[in-house]
Amino acid sequence: MKPPRTVTVAASLLLIITLAGSTLLLRQVDKVRRGATLQEVLYISSPQALKRLSLGYSGLMADIYWTRAVQYFGEHHHEGASNYALLGPLLEITTKLDPKLLVAYEYGSNFLSAEPPLGAGQPNEAVELVKHGIKNNPDQWHLYYDLGFIYYMGLKNYKAAADAFMQGSKLPNAHPFMKIMAANMAAHAGDLQMAQLMWTTTYESTKDKEIRANAAAHLRAIKVDKDVSALNAMISRYENQTGLTPHSFAELAQAGVLRGVPLDPLGQPYKLASDGSVEVSDPDDLPFITRGLPLGYKPPAKPKLLPVN
Amino acid sequence: MSSRILHIASNTFREAVRDRVLYNLIVFALLMCGAAILVGQISIDIERLVVVNLGLTAVSIFGIVIAIFIGIGLVSKEIEKRTLYTVLSRPVRRWEFIAGKFFGLAGTLIVNTFFMAIGVFAALLYVSHHFQASDAGVLVALYFIILQFLIIVALALFFSSFSSPLLSAIFAFALFIIGTFAEDLRGFAALTHGAERWLATGVAYLVPNISALNVISQVAHGEPVAGQLILYNTGYALLYSAMVLFGAILIFEHRNLK
Repeated sequence: MKPPRTVTVAASLLLIITLAGSTLLLRQVDKVRRGATLQEVLYISSPQALKRLSLGYSGLMADIYWTRAVQYFGEHHHEGASNYALLGPLLEITTKLDPKLLVAYEYGSNFLSAEPPLGAGQPNEAVELVKHGIKNNPDQWHLYYDLGFIYYMGLKNYKAAADAFMQGSKLPNAHPFMKIMAANMAAHAGDLQMAQLMWTTTYESTKDKEIRANAAAHLRAIKVDKDVSALNAMISRYENQTGLTPHSFAELAQAGVLRGVPLDPLGQPYKLASDGSVEVSDPDDLPFITRGLPLGYKPPAKPKLLPVN
Repeated sequence: MSSRILHIASNTFREAVRDRVLYNLIVFALLMCGAAILVGQISIDIERLVVVNLGLTAVSIFGIVIAIFIGIGLVSKEIEKRTLYTVLSRPVRRWEFIAGKFFGLAGTLIVNTFFMAIGVFAALLYVSHHFQASDAGVLVALYFIILQFLIIVALALFFSSFSSPLLSAIFAFALFIIGTFAEDLRGFAALTHGAERWLATGVAYLVPNISALNVISQVAHGEPVAGQLILYNTGYALLYSAMVLFGAILIFEHRNLK
C-alpha cells in the first residue's frame, strides 16, 4: 500500500523544521553552558583515576584532553584573556594519561610560559610540565631546548637555562645549535644577541603558525631595539660634533650622516620626534619593542601578531 | 492526542508492566537503602553527595537501559508476533502507531522515574534528616534525565522502524555514548576548516546532545542550574525527539510490511 502523500509531506516538513529548531536551541544551550564541559571534565581531576576509568584506552583519552586543552587555550587566547586557570590541570591530565605525547609538552609549555595575553604566564608550571616530559622521554632533545627556553625567557634563570641546553646537547641526536646555545649562554646571558639567537632557533624549529608569528614579532622587536639604540647614539654624536639638533632623518641624510631615512623591520620609516627621540611609525605592528615607542603610547590589550609568510 | 494514539500508548504501558519492567524499582530501592546506610558508616561527610550522585546515576542508567531494550522491540516485536497486522487492519494509521508506541514507553519511563525519585528523596531525608533549598536541583536533574529518556526512546524507536533488534540496540547505545561527547564534537568541529568543518559541524549537530542534559555532578555539589538552560534544554529535547520521530514515521510509512 502506498503511504498517503500528505503524511509523507507533513512528516518531511516537520522533520526539517524540528531539525532547524533543535539546532538553533542547541546553539543557545552552548551559550548558556559556555566552558561547562571543561569545568565538568575537571570534576575528576586525578589523572590516575581517569586512567583507570579509561579502561585501557588512555591514549585516546589523552588525545581528547589535549584537544580540550588546545580549545581552552585557543578560546582564551582569542578573547585576550589573562586568566588560564584550567590550562595547567588539563595539560597535567593529558601528559599523565599519555606521557609520550610530545606535542603536549612542547606546545603546552609554550602556552603556559608566555606572558598574558599570549599565554598563561605560569613559567614555573611550564618547567614542571617539561621536566615531566623529560623524565618520560629522556632521548628528546627538543624538550631540553624548551626547558632552557623557559628558564631563559620566562624565569631569567640563565644558569639553569645553560644547564638544560648543555644536557640536551649531549643527546646523540641533538641539533648542533644546542651546543652553541649552551656555550653562548655563559658569555652572553641577558644580551639582545642571545635573545635573538633563541628566537631565531624557535622560529626555525617550529611548524606552528602562531609560535612562528610570535617568534618573528620578538625578532622584529629586538631589531627595532637595536636600531633605536644605534640611531640615538648617532644623533648624540651629530649633536656633539655640530652643536645642532636635527629635526628629521631627511635632514641627517642631507648632511651625509645617513644614507637615507632608516626603515624599521616592516619597511616603515623611523620618525624623529620634536624632542629628538627616535620613534617607530606604527607601534601596534611592532609588539614587544621596548624602545622607539611614542610618548604616552598605550599598547593594545592583545599584541598584534602579523602572519608569517 | 487522538484516542487511537492513547489506546496504543496505554497498551504499550501495560505491556511494559506485564514484562516486569518495573521490577527494576526493587533493585533501585535496595541500592538506595544500601548506599544511605553504608556510606554514613564508611565515609566522612559525603553521605548527601553519594546519595545524589548514586541515585541520579542509577535513575539515568536504569532508564536508558529500559528505553533502549524496550524501545528496540516496539516495532520489530509487533512484526515478529504479527500483531502489527491486526492493529493496522483497524482504522489506525502507521504514524499513529509510532506516536502511540513513543508515548507509551515515555509514560512508562516517567512513572518509573517518579518512583525512583521518591526513593532518592527518601534516602536524602534519611542521611540529612531534613531537606535543603539546593535539593530542588535534584528535581531539575531528574527532569533532565526524563528529557534524555525522550530522546533515547525516540532513537530506539527510529532504529526499530527499519532494523533488527540487535542492530537497533547497538545503534541507539552508540548514539547515546556519542551524545555524551556532543559538546566536544562541536568543539572539535570548530577547529577544522573548509568542507571538513561543514561536514563535522553537521554531524556534531545531528547527534543528540546528551551532555547538556546531565547536571548530576553540578546538583550534587549544590550548584544551581540556570533557568535559561532548563528552558533551552526542554525545547531542544522536545524538538530533537520530534525530529527523530518524524524520521521514524517517514521510514515506517514507506516500509513494505508484506
